[in-house]
Amino acid sequence: MSSYPETYRYTKEHEWVHLEGDEGTVGITDHAQHELGDIVFVDLPKVGTQATKGHTFGSVESVKAVSDIYAPVSGEIIAVNDLLSKSPEKLNEDPHGSAWLIKVRVSSPDEISQLLTVADYQTYVGAE
Amino acid sequence: MSDVTELKKTPLFDVHCSCNAKMVDFGGWNMPVQYSGILQEHNAVRTGVGLFDVSHMGEIEVHGPEAAKLVDYVSTNNASKLKVGQAHYSGLLYEHGGFVDDILVHKISDTDFFLCVNASNQEKDFEHIRAQNHFDAEVVFASDHYAQLAVQGPKALETVQKLTDTNLSAIKYYWFTDGTVAGVPARIARTGYTGEDGFELYVAPESAEHVWDAVLDAGKDFDIKPCGLGARNTLRLEAKMALYGHEITASINPFEADLGWIVKMDKGDFVGREALEKAQQQGITRKLAGFEMKERGIGRDGYEVWMDGKPAGWVTSGGPSPTLNKNIGLCYLPVDKATAGQSIQVIIRNAPVEAQTVPTPFYKRAK
Repeated sequence: MSSYPETYRYTKEHEWVHLEGDEGTVGITDHAQHELGDIVFVDLPKVGTQATKGHTFGSVESVKAVSDIYAPVSGEIIAVNDLLSKSPEKLNEDPHGSAWLIKVRVSSPDEISQLLTVADYQTYVGAE
Repeated sequence: MSDVTELKKTPLFDVHCSCNAKMVDFGGWNMPVQYSGILQEHNAVRTGVGLFDVSHMGEIEVHGPEAAKLVDYVSTNNASKLKVGQAHYSGLLYEHGGFVDDILVHKISDTDFFLCVNASNQEKDFEHIRAQNHFDAEVVFASDHYAQLAVQGPKALETVQKLTDTNLSAIKYYWFTDGTVAGVPARIARTGYTGEDGFELYVAPESAEHVWDAVLDAGKDFDIKPCGLGARNTLRLEAKMALYGHEITASINPFEADLGWIVKMDKGDFVGREALEKAQQQGITRKLAGFEMKERGIGRDGYEVWMDGKPAGWVTSGGPSPTLNKNIGLCYLPVDKATAGQSIQVIIRNAPVEAQTVPTPFYKRAK
């Protein structure tokens, strides 16, 4: 089981965001990939579109089901991870690293403070 | 999450939990959806052997001098033509021609029939059959007397053969025999819901864990995998086997579901016959068809299907096909359009995604 990076912030919908300057990298958590099972398709938005905190920006499909992914922060999408269009299974292998989903130019950095810390998130998934 | 404490459990519930299976609510039953992963389990069944706990399935027995007459009256296939030791797929219909359930009918003797029915329909099926019982026959709700294990895949025969004196090669497809497996009494049926060769074993609930362990041990040489309902669904979809609540429902008749072959109109009266005669005379308006996604995306159950710029039907089951490495599905379309080679659009999250109808089944094993 992957460990949850200390520097990331998390949502109750099992996304993470890693803020560096005003650039936020967004992905789904190890807990999420484990719950989904074998991931076969990742649907991501186009670069240049807007992500809005709490709104869906794409979806991840496992063999069994499709799950919406929600933006943990708002801002312009400046990159999407091409790796996942060819190799969606990477999301099962490295959800906190190479299988990130999008990068966002964060428009309201204060949104970050509303997200869960690693300790809060681990307590949350432990209790779920 | 739903309250798991209220869900029904099979006799193998503790075994699944100790194997770290992921458990889900399936029609009121707490069932394993996967163990090692759906793709691995799926491939084990296509290339080697897999073991499923399908003890949630219901069993109904019909006994008595007119048992065959009752079974014939409540089901669409011709039960009177079954030989002792033979089984067939059949439908239970309402008077209006829609499905109560799809079932397997086994003929135990001239006066005894054994029906395997869907888990979530078993009480409804039992009441339905009992209500039609104007014959010298007794209908028994027997689900509590049986656990059911499915051993499926090209190595299923070799696996189960290690555990029984019965010559399994002599059991033809859709035949069965009563014998022993791993030293305990078992009904051994060469049936399944995966599109592969294999056996469904009906044993006493208290023997379930013993037989489960024995089959896993016997299949070790073939890398046997315990398989969950996730793989069961991808396997049956590739083989185009219907799932109640999806391809067949109370508002779908067998002709629409492309199951005309289980309806024997020449056998005499049966529940739903009049409605089916009318459907034959008037013609059906919609029919089940298979499709493949042509663009990126997966058509899932319930998604709308469009043709020529208008709504035309809906997806009944859809998902990735691990064997074919394509995204496939089944859908209802206007009957004149339910042929292979049609261009359709599946509406995925409000956007039309291109797909094409294809011949079915999607997968057929080499004989």
